[in-house]
Amino acid sequence: MDALKRYFRSPAAVAGLILLLVVIAMAASASFLYPRDPLALAGRPLIWPFSNPRFLLGTDNSGRDIAAQIFYGARISLLIGGVATAIAILIGILVGAFAGYYGGWVDNVLMRITEAFQTLPNFVLLLVLVAVFGSTLTTVTIAVGVVSWPVPARLTRAEFLSLRNREFVQAGRTLGMKDLQLILGEILPNAMPPVIVYASVVMAVAILLESALAFLRLSDPNVASWGNLIGLGRDVLRVQWYVSAIPGIAILVTVLAVSLVGQGLNDALNPRLKSR
Amino acid sequence: MRILGLAGRRLAASIPTLILILIGVFLLLQLAPGDTVDALMAQMGGGDAATARELRKFYGLDLSVPVQLGNYLWRLIRLDLGFSSIYGKPVATVILERLPPTILLMTASLSFAFFFGLLFGVIAARGVNRWPDTLISTLGLIFYATPSFWFGLMAIVVFSIYLQWLPAGGFQDIGTVQTGIWGVIDIAKHLVLPTLTLGLIFLAIYLRIMRASMLEVLNLDYVRTARAKGLDETRVVTRHVLRNALLPMVTLIGLQAGTMLGGSVVVESVFSLPGLGRLAYESVVQRDLNTLLGIVFVSALLVIVVNFIVDLLYARLDPRIAAEG
Amino acid sequence: MSEIADAVLSIEHLGVSLPKGADRPHALSDVSLSIASNEILCVVGESGSGKSMMANAIMRLLPNEVRIDSGRMVFEGRDLCAASVAEMRQVRGAGIAMIFQEPMTALNPLRTIGDQIAEMFSIHTKLSKPEISAKVLALLEDVRIPDPKVAAKAYPHELSGGQRQRAMIAMALALDPKLLIADEPTTALDVTTQAQILKLIRDLQQRRKTAVLFITHDFGVVAEIADRVVVMQHGVVVEQGAAAQVLNDPRQPYTKQLIAAVPPLKAPPARIISGKNILTISGVSKTYRTGGFLGRGARVTPAVQDVSLYLPRGATLGIVGESGSGKSTLARCIVRLIDPETGSIVLGGKDWAKLTREEFRRETRHIQMVFQDPFASLNPRRKAAELVAQGPIVHGTPRAEAIAEAKELFALVGLDPSSADRFPHEFSGGQRQRIGLARALALKPDVLVADEPVSALDVSVQAQVLKLLAGLRQQLGLSIIFITHDLRVAAQICDLVAVMKDGAVVEQGLAAEVFGNPQHPYTQALLAAIPGGKFAREHATATV
Repeated sequence: MDALKRYFRSPAAVAGLILLLVVIAMAASASFLYPRDPLALAGRPLIWPFSNPRFLLGTDNSGRDIAAQIFYGARISLLIGGVATAIAILIGILVGAFAGYYGGWVDNVLMRITEAFQTLPNFVLLLVLVAVFGSTLTTVTIAVGVVSWPVPARLTRAEFLSLRNREFVQAGRTLGMKDLQLILGEILPNAMPPVIVYASVVMAVAILLESALAFLRLSDPNVASWGNLIGLGRDVLRVQWYVSAIPGIAILVTVLAVSLVGQGLNDALNPRLKSR
Repeated sequence: MRILGLAGRRLAASIPTLILILIGVFLLLQLAPGDTVDALMAQMGGGDAATARELRKFYGLDLSVPVQLGNYLWRLIRLDLGFSSIYGKPVATVILERLPPTILLMTASLSFAFFFGLLFGVIAARGVNRWPDTLISTLGLIFYATPSFWFGLMAIVVFSIYLQWLPAGGFQDIGTVQTGIWGVIDIAKHLVLPTLTLGLIFLAIYLRIMRASMLEVLNLDYVRTARAKGLDETRVVTRHVLRNALLPMVTLIGLQAGTMLGGSVVVESVFSLPGLGRLAYESVVQRDLNTLLGIVFVSALLVIVVNFIVDLLYARLDPRIAAEG
Repeated sequence: MSEIADAVLSIEHLGVSLPKGADRPHALSDVSLSIASNEILCVVGESGSGKSMMANAIMRLLPNEVRIDSGRMVFEGRDLCAASVAEMRQVRGAGIAMIFQEPMTALNPLRTIGDQIAEMFSIHTKLSKPEISAKVLALLEDVRIPDPKVAAKAYPHELSGGQRQRAMIAMALALDPKLLIADEPTTALDVTTQAQILKLIRDLQQRRKTAVLFITHDFGVVAEIADRVVVMQHGVVVEQGAAAQVLNDPRQPYTKQLIAAVPPLKAPPARIISGKNILTISGVSKTYRTGGFLGRGARVTPAVQDVSLYLPRGATLGIVGESGSGKSTLARCIVRLIDPETGSIVLGGKDWAKLTREEFRRETRHIQMVFQDPFASLNPRRKAAELVAQGPIVHGTPRAEAIAEAKELFALVGLDPSSADRFPHEFSGGQRQRIGLARALALKPDVLVADEPVSALDVSVQAQVLKLLAGLRQQLGLSIIFITHDLRVAAQICDLVAVMKDGAVVEQGLAAEVFGNPQHPYTQALLAAIPGGKFAREHATATV
């Protein structure tokens, strides 16, 4: 409750939340406002924004409505960002919890694997995964999740390492609790706040990763994604730069919203830091 | 000497990591649809099954996966990364040709991000919650949220197309090959926009971490001691805060070396720089898996080297590290 | 109130306001006191009394949003409240110097000791580099650091706690300040190191005629070092006067109550101890191996070496020792938070050292533990009743029944049962410790292992918790192993005492004998190091 109050006291956090709600509203209303396929031909190609009331944001090189693509793109970005983040956080917590709680060789093995994932540039690994498994919505989402788990894992591990020898965990052990009871009931709830806050970073990065992949035409070409549109606009950059500019702003706003919400959560959950 | 030994031990510990990566990616690539021979045949414009079999035998692709893996690792020890059928050259040669632009780009971006991240971080922390801080922190958030490829495109629109100050892409002017100092200036001009584009997000990250760690250190007991000694604020910051606050940022450079290398894939594609990142992209599109595996190896190696340098730097900055050895 | 002719510093009606939302509007209100040159003035109070805030106010180093809003602080004819920032900088270090509680964090970890002391001279004087180095060495010699040349080149982490505090003192005294403010300078140190540092401060003060404002919570330290005493509570001066007068003949009820709560070293009359042992520990050892890659460079620390002890039924065995003596490791071996390497721990006919983890988990209700830190030992996300009921629930008691029993336990340990639905952060330190005690008692253990259960508490709360523990021991027939670094506390509650040093027990026996007639030189040194001399041994007290 206190945390909630603290969250709403920060104008930046509230602004972030409003922006995020706008993006979510765009995603939700896409099929209602634009019932037609956003990738279908809609009119004359390369109409400038605000010059034709039918296409408020203009049309792209092949005459598709940019506004419709922006609305549907919100769906794709949020979907990929959300699911990939869930995957990354889940793997991260599992790996981090076991490594941090048990220590010893379990920790050693898991951390070597984590290190391997961190040593390999994540975008290069993403390229490898796409090269192997193809570029459908599902494979791209899973691939983005799979390259993003190492930092949440390290974070969870660090929390577990510091919490597992805390006196209240020792107390639980002297009361006769089993390892699983200690991990789930005592340590995990206390280890979660920093991981939840970091989820916003993972989500921001996931959205950026997917858009970069789409820009390189390595993501799913059959969905309306902001990155795809930017990549498309590159061919007409010299004159019709707006085709690339508009979806870029959409990405910027979404990532900014996610970051602001994350920062707001951080300040609300760790009031000590805010007071400085 | 002791520091070198310490960092050396960390370096040795990364060898298993490297092997783990290679084995993992090698096995992963076995799952890929099509192999080098398919790519080669496609390039030759097709061929019959017998030729394919012949070629597979020639490249050792008819052997079992473990044997192939063993062969690959054994060749790797002799620094033989295999042969790129697309480029018609050994993979090692292809990569070496493409390495300099990437290393140049990374060094430039890192220096840019580090210097300005440090500067802005300190300015923001010194004026915490006043307008310079608000401005810098807001810009930091926006830079962080900006997709680098989009920023690159917009920079091209503004600086190359409208203002025509800087070239839109490439590593050198192709028309007139410059030499000596003019050549260097030519390359530098080509690298300005890519450096800004790649460095922007890291600038945002560094300034944020620098600001936070400055604020953290400013609250520590020994800073109070320094003030109790009668030091003025400038000297408190330069003598007691800066070096201590730098430590998290130095750690971050090591952790994000990989991210930066990954970012160069996109940036090199935007600016058509003939670097390692663009090679990675091309080899995915052209299904040149041998080259892709070589790139994985070299980029992991690069990250390990950067981390080695960061370890050395960190140990120079923090005497407590050497004691733990 | 305090008319002193040659006052170095006189504080008149000082008020310091706290930001909105703090637990009270003023950190200090109407504080008046003065310090003469060549005297040690002790400011004593419990946590939250505002004593440290006063030290920071004098240096004008208050946290943001905390402001001086009234009064004067006259130092060398100048009101520090009105001094400019530049003027304050000249006073800090040169006129008034300060030492802090935790020398590890008060020194910059990335710069050498010598460098940090030399900075004093480079800020305030125009001495040349060689002159400064010579002065630094002389200072380090003056505070009797072994091998000053090496110490000057050392980083803080390379020195021991006592040496670090000596270096801090050297730094503070570098420019011969008129006034030295010492903010709990010995609280983080072991008792023998504390005795040395107190002696050093006393010696230096007498030699240099410095005025010392000494802030402490420990009346033993006051008795040891003070010329005059100021007692503070809730930001207000309660009483001040000559040390002998305040200690032996306090006027104000609060002072009387505080002094009565200080445990004297004198043991209460011995209780009758059963001849039957409930717990027998023999030959227990535990060694830590740290660091090292593939066995190279590994450090081996014997934490507990061949310890043999016995605990008679219904008795309390105190294990005393300084930090690093292995007493906490031993406690954790007994409850199997740590697996001992050798030896046996026999309770109820079973060797607990040999039980498997699973067996131990089932048997754990026979032996329970109370922890030191009242903040860290309770899961912040569980309600108090749930915390207490956890043990029985784990061992199969239905939840509702366990919660009901927990509420009964609340009454037993002196907590309001209606507060059972609150979260730990809503309780005070002493109340949290009572919750911890209730949690341990919920399983109806035969043996209670208490690891420094009162060291994190203020002295008056400490006395209450000790009293509760003694009462419960009688009522429930508990046998207790009581770990503490504070011999005064051990004297109050323990029937038997074992003294540990470097992992081994050097002396054990009846409390009255060990404290009255110590045999081992280390025990003698420990007892001699207790601050306060005659006061510590004999002052009037509320007996436990």
